[in-house]
Amino acid sequence: MEALDGNAIAGQLFEYFGREMTTAVGTCAHCGAPGTLAELVVYVRAPGAVVRCRHCGDVVMVLVSARGTMRVAMDDFHLLDPAGGRPDASA
Amino acid sequence: MSPASRGFFGRRRPVADPARVPPGQYVTDDFPVLSAGPTPHTPLDEWSFTIHGAVEEPVSWPWEEFLALPSETVTVDIHCVTKWSKLDTAWKGVSVDVLLQGVETSVDYVTAWSDGGYTTNLSLEEVTGGKAWVAYEYGGEPLEPEHGGPARLLVPHLYFWKSAKWVRGLTLTPDDEPGFWETYGYHNHGDPWLEQRYQGD
Amino acid sequence: MARAALPGRLTWQLATVVEVIEETARTKSIVLEPPAWQGHQAGQHVDVRLTAEDGYQAERSYSIASGPEDGHLVLTVERLDDGEVSPYLVDELRAGDELELRGPIGGYFVWKESLGGPLLLVAGGSGVVPFRSILHHWAAARSAAAVRLLYSSRSLDEVIFRDELMRLGTDGQVDIRFTLTRSWPEDWEGYRGRIDQELLHEVAWPPQQRPLIYICGPSGFVETAASALVHEGHEPTRIRTERFGPTGT
Repeated sequence: MEALDGNAIAGQLFEYFGREMTTAVGTCAHCGAPGTLAELVVYVRAPGAVVRCRHCGDVVMVLVSARGTMRVAMDDFHLLDPAGGRPDASA
Repeated sequence: MSPASRGFFGRRRPVADPARVPPGQYVTDDFPVLSAGPTPHTPLDEWSFTIHGAVEEPVSWPWEEFLALPSETVTVDIHCVTKWSKLDTAWKGVSVDVLLQGVETSVDYVTAWSDGGYTTNLSLEEVTGGKAWVAYEYGGEPLEPEHGGPARLLVPHLYFWKSAKWVRGLTLTPDDEPGFWETYGYHNHGDPWLEQRYQGD
Repeated sequence: MARAALPGRLTWQLATVVEVIEETARTKSIVLEPPAWQGHQAGQHVDVRLTAEDGYQAERSYSIASGPEDGHLVLTVERLDDGEVSPYLVDELRAGDELELRGPIGGYFVWKESLGGPLLLVAGGSGVVPFRSILHHWAAARSAAAVRLLYSSRSLDEVIFRDELMRLGTDGQVDIRFTLTRSWPEDWEGYRGRIDQELLHEVAWPPQQRPLIYICGPSGFVETAASALVHEGHEPTRIRTERFGPTGT
């Protein structure tokens, strides 16, 4: 079962946060590794989406859609920019 | 509700006996692989199954001893909270009743835990009385890693997220402690016939 | 096309299917007319949702194949054998039908002319779809950036947008390189075999030129290409990745 990346949950995150989130940069609460949300490891074939740090593999975020309402637990991915992603951050 | 997409039915199978399908479920012939993380690959000579926690004395079996335990073959229907159901699935494994034989405890709950960190919580009542197994064969073949092999918990009367893949043990607990999906909003009990998918259902 | 901005909203809309075009035996392009489309950036995708008569729903994401300046919205979809949504889109959907979608989505895997180049696009199977959008934008914006596409497919028959890409290549505008991994014609002059360190070393610009690199395809393909390019010395921050589910590489 191949994992995808944060691009796969871009729509759900936009639904929850009201803005583009995949360009957001943060650090893993478990190992401290920095990363862009789009580059996190994402398992979508599950009763929700499970997002893991690409470096240590621990869970940093979980998305569950319960009765039509999207819920996002982002406890272990600490955003560096609290305002979230900017739509066209250049490389 | 969205308007219907002309001609779309999906990969579901029409059901001969609707009484076998819990509310909100659809029957499939496939066996979808769902996972919260990478497939673990614990070598069998490092594998063991352990019952510990609030018990008089923990007990543990390495693989060869586990296979030597009295086993059963059962055919059951399974129901995933993501809405697919699969009927008449055949498994071989050890009943949890057998595993708990001789285990002295006064508590009422268990947490099943797996390689890779997955957990799920159940009451002792839900895994005893012939309702649960630790299964190592599916369809007459050794259980494949993507479906939870070498061994997974099998609790078919509850939603299938409770049938923890890659299970390595049961921790007996005095309180009902939410496991992975339960912590993120899924129901503590998970009875598909009462459609207990999410907390509060 | 309407360009009214709707910040913070991502609403489902019913788009009319204008045309369905066969690209390969397993792939079709779907030309759509959504009632309230805001325009998009090259590389973005849409979410598509199908609903059965009894309310059963399935949802998937598909990259936009059309460029922002093309004047119409196109999705290109590959049929996965055990897929739920793709077989419907490829085998059943026809002009006149309506398709529920929302978008555009995605701010990470996008290229705009202002980002410059040189631009290296590495595609595996249907991973080429967002790159068609990028190439269309590149042409429409008359970008001066040098652009190179390395595209891996199983066979010549499975190369999506083959005629269009070959034309772009022979026109000399874009440096298009194909690699075929399972079978190739006897007189095949392109690359053979899966993308690896050696092939990327040959095709990629030297790291000193600091190309912007986009990699799209199945996860394994993307991992291999990304690590090889980092190993070559390219800065990880200059590499953008988008992983798909299974496809034919």
